[in-house]
Amino acid sequence: MKITFPHMGNMHIAIKSLLEGLRLEVIPPPPISKKTLELGIKHSPEFACMPLKINIGNFIEALDRGADTIIMAGGWGPCRFGYYAQVEREILNDLGYKFNMVVLEAPDSKLSELLKQIKALGENVSFWEFIRTVKYAWHKLNAVEELERKLEHILPRTTEKDKAEQIYEQGLVNIDKARNRNEVDKAVVINLEAMDKLPRHGGQILKIGLIGEIYTILEPSANYNIANYIARLNAEVTRSIYTSEWVNDHLLGGLVKKSNHRYILKTSKPYLNYAVGGHGRETVGNAVNFAREKYDGIVQIGPLTCMPEIVAQSVLGQVSSKENIPCMTLWFDEHSGTAGINTRLEAFIDMLRRKGVQQAVAL
Amino acid sequence: MDRGIEAAVDETCFPLKVFLGHVRELADQNLNYLFIPRLVSIESKSYICPKFMGVPDIVRAAIPHLPPILDTIIDISKTDKYLKNDIIKVGRLFNARDKHIRQAYHHACQELKFCRALAGQGCTMAEAIKIWEGENIDISSETDLKIGVLGHGYSLYDESISMNIINRLRNMGCKVLLPEALERLSVETEAATMPKRVFWTLGRKMVGSALHMAKRDDVDGIIYVACFGCGPDSMIGEIIERKLRDQAFMLITIDEHTGENGLVTRLEAFCDMLRRRAVVCENNLPAHG
Repeated sequence: MKITFPHMGNMHIAIKSLLEGLRLEVIPPPPISKKTLELGIKHSPEFACMPLKINIGNFIEALDRGADTIIMAGGWGPCRFGYYAQVEREILNDLGYKFNMVVLEAPDSKLSELLKQIKALGENVSFWEFIRTVKYAWHKLNAVEELERKLEHILPRTTEKDKAEQIYEQGLVNIDKARNRNEVDKAVVINLEAMDKLPRHGGQILKIGLIGEIYTILEPSANYNIANYIARLNAEVTRSIYTSEWVNDHLLGGLVKKSNHRYILKTSKPYLNYAVGGHGRETVGNAVNFAREKYDGIVQIGPLTCMPEIVAQSVLGQVSSKENIPCMTLWFDEHSGTAGINTRLEAFIDMLRRKGVQQAVAL
Repeated sequence: MDRGIEAAVDETCFPLKVFLGHVRELADQNLNYLFIPRLVSIESKSYICPKFMGVPDIVRAAIPHLPPILDTIIDISKTDKYLKNDIIKVGRLFNARDKHIRQAYHHACQELKFCRALAGQGCTMAEAIKIWEGENIDISSETDLKIGVLGHGYSLYDESISMNIINRLRNMGCKVLLPEALERLSVETEAATMPKRVFWTLGRKMVGSALHMAKRDDVDGIIYVACFGCGPDSMIGEIIERKLRDQAFMLITIDEHTGENGLVTRLEAFCDMLRRRAVVCENNLPAHG
């Protein structure tokens, strides 16, 4: 059994170590490239949202490399994601691929069910070995995230932005290669120190909240890496969703880490009074939260035609005027050029800067 | 329609834009209340769609100066015991007694049944409502084709959203078979053949109806009317299309167009194709040359 799975940001590092710990042969899809997207677009329904298209591209490339089993997550709506696996199976079958698809579903977010499903995948793995593997994957996930947060902090402040990104990429590779906890920790420490040593500039740093749909936020190739682009404009980006938080809130029921998920849901009132599926409500709640924490601006991103985000976007205008924070929404689809997006971001950041200067003068 | 498009966010689906247009028109009329229920789920373990769930909030954000909105939450995905209480709560706003409210509810249920029975006989829901209101409508005409037309009720039966597609087909000499006219049970059984239960109420109905129609010999072709920007449709349309590989099937996506010619041409071509197919088959020639 050669297992593959769809990409989502840096999640593949943790998933890979989890599956390898279960003594399975893993063939991760190659990094998402233009070709991935092209393959996905060619074979997916026109109006489906972008993550589906990228998934399809991932699967085709992985199956071509010899994978025969696909692991995919599921769900029970109302967001379209819950039906992804079904449509993807139909598409790949029609393309003539032979494979087995395992859909991991946590009915009503019950962790025990999910763990059982994962364990069932592993062959000849004892219970303790399984627990250790899960913990190790969790450790790697957190290590990756530490790097991500460091980059978010350093990238806007340093003068050597290319260097910072290189160190970060190298760090990811090192964590991926690490065979035990010590090596993971060592890789993290080395890379964090290297980033700290980069020269800084003393310019003013804007704070931007990045909110929206989870896949678009976590997967840089689904958003043309706008987080780094904004950071290169000397603005610090804070994401509304980090992988470990998501795993913690939705799979572990908020047990491992303290989370503000409940609080975020509360702040979405009175703008959005009901869960609308996906992360629609979290998007609105986070927007309000960022505004109250005196961020300079908010960028909402999502895949085109994403239903929960459209609901959120409809409400964001009101949030923006009442909480007094500039908001911008960007939808991502099959574009191939980044100039349009970059120009809009630059204009947005310039506007925020000017607004800040004006306020300072007024005081 | 135009007023709705003005008020809505670009990416919203077409029916929602029309809905906002309606609200804007109503909001100008000095109302005491505006009734916009939050339709979360009208069936156990199924949803309608995320946009329905956010409609009252979208309306509030998009349109200023509204009368108070009654946004009763209708969610029976887990339990339906709150529904009656909510109905009574709404009734109380109008100073009605609980007993009267219950009577009114039962009366409404009966009238709905009657209306559905009318729709079962082959007219559209909009026509059924007109008959129910006491109008006479004659829809029997000479037909040689029978075409199944699928689509979400709010777009298919709205003459301006669907550009009157049903009457156009009828004028082309087709008998139109609608999902309402199918037996509920057989639709559900067909829908249950899917490897995973479709968790959108309307989506499941569409899949079931399509598979059911595909099995019937008297249905010549199937048309699916989808709305631009509709999330569930993008998945459901794809699944139906893949399941019905060897059937005559056409997916029409409607949008804010105002030109009707594109639609008419496609419908005509579809009908012509079906008619030619019928002739060719009678001559015992293979369908694919």
